[in-house]
Amino acid sequence: MSRASGPRSGDAIFASVERVNAELFTLTYGAIVRQLLTDLEEVEEVNKQLDQMGYNIGIRLIDEFLAKSNVSRCVDFKETADMIAKVGFKMFLGVTASVTNWDADGTCCSIVLEDNPLVDFVELPDTCQGLYYCNILSGVIRGALEMVSMKTEVTWTRDMLRGDDAFELQVKLLKQVPEEYPYKDDD
Amino acid sequence: MKIKQYSNVLDKPLSKGKQEVSLSAFSFLFSELVQYNQTQVDNIAELERRLEDAGYSIGARVLELLCHREKGNRRETRLLGILSFVHSTVWKVLFGKVADSLEKGTENEDEYMISEKELLVNRFISIPKDMGTFNCGAFVAGIVRGVLDSAGFPAVVTAHFVPVEGQQRPRTTILIKFAEEVLRREARLG
Repeated sequence: MSRASGPRSGDAIFASVERVNAELFTLTYGAIVRQLLTDLEEVEEVNKQLDQMGYNIGIRLIDEFLAKSNVSRCVDFKETADMIAKVGFKMFLGVTASVTNWDADGTCCSIVLEDNPLVDFVELPDTCQGLYYCNILSGVIRGALEMVSMKTEVTWTRDMLRGDDAFELQVKLLKQVPEEYPYKDDD
Repeated sequence: MKIKQYSNVLDKPLSKGKQEVSLSAFSFLFSELVQYNQTQVDNIAELERRLEDAGYSIGARVLELLCHREKGNRRETRLLGILSFVHSTVWKVLFGKVADSLEKGTENEDEYMISEKELLVNRFISIPKDMGTFNCGAFVAGIVRGVLDSAGFPAVVTAHFVPVEGQQRPRTTILIKFAEEVLRREARLG
């Protein structure tokens, strides 16, 4: 395939990769959250650990994303956010997300999930009200973007498990780390 | 917006279970599960036990889910019935295929084995030399134990690598050793 053919659609990539049943994924994630709740006891600590796991995944997952998506350097943060929502979520989780709520200078936006495979069968008990159940996702985005020189802050602004009407992640660009010599894209 | 809100998870219609995620998404997640648990233990046996625990909680849920969805709210009460439920129904839903084989142990009456040429969770795992017999299949063994135990068939379930002639990678065998009471009940039922 020629490198010039432009980014592939998330649907096309998802159709071409090996897939597994989403319930295995969902239940495994649930098992992880339960283990963390048992081990760490404090909900805040669980949030932190989930974010850390996501970060670990993000810094590895970006390689596969770049290799399979044919995406080259994004011109700005807007394009980056679009790629995460349209290609990233689709190729890994098979779901679509949309980007909204841009601020005036284009450094902060919201990614709204239209479907979230992590939360099937899940209901937060009263004892876990402070838990960001899907916090692993925010870690993944933060980690992946850090590998393409973007420092971001990712926070949950809406969470259906907490009674909101959608899952919404706010992604804020803190700083774009300049590219260091001699690394340049392989063009 | 596609998702509808329900006040209670039980009000939600039961999904058909046909949704998929990429194999890498699962593998990344599973590898974090293993790595996290590695930080919580100081020996291999303990690590396997923790992975098995994680799997057990999944097995208990899978039994409930599949009995509702695939079996019209009935669950197996006989030994061979529940074994074939694990080997075919459970495997098919979780791993997309029926397990490669289900055999009865030749030496002991109470032992059964489910074997898989390339178990999903071992696919991207290579065991470092210093970790000896560690097998990520402990997670799947836990799932199997979770299903069996919740269905009233307590058993000890362990995962083992078995070398295959002419193959570079060993197969994974899930060894099921049923509790004495299970065999007594089975004998009584005739």
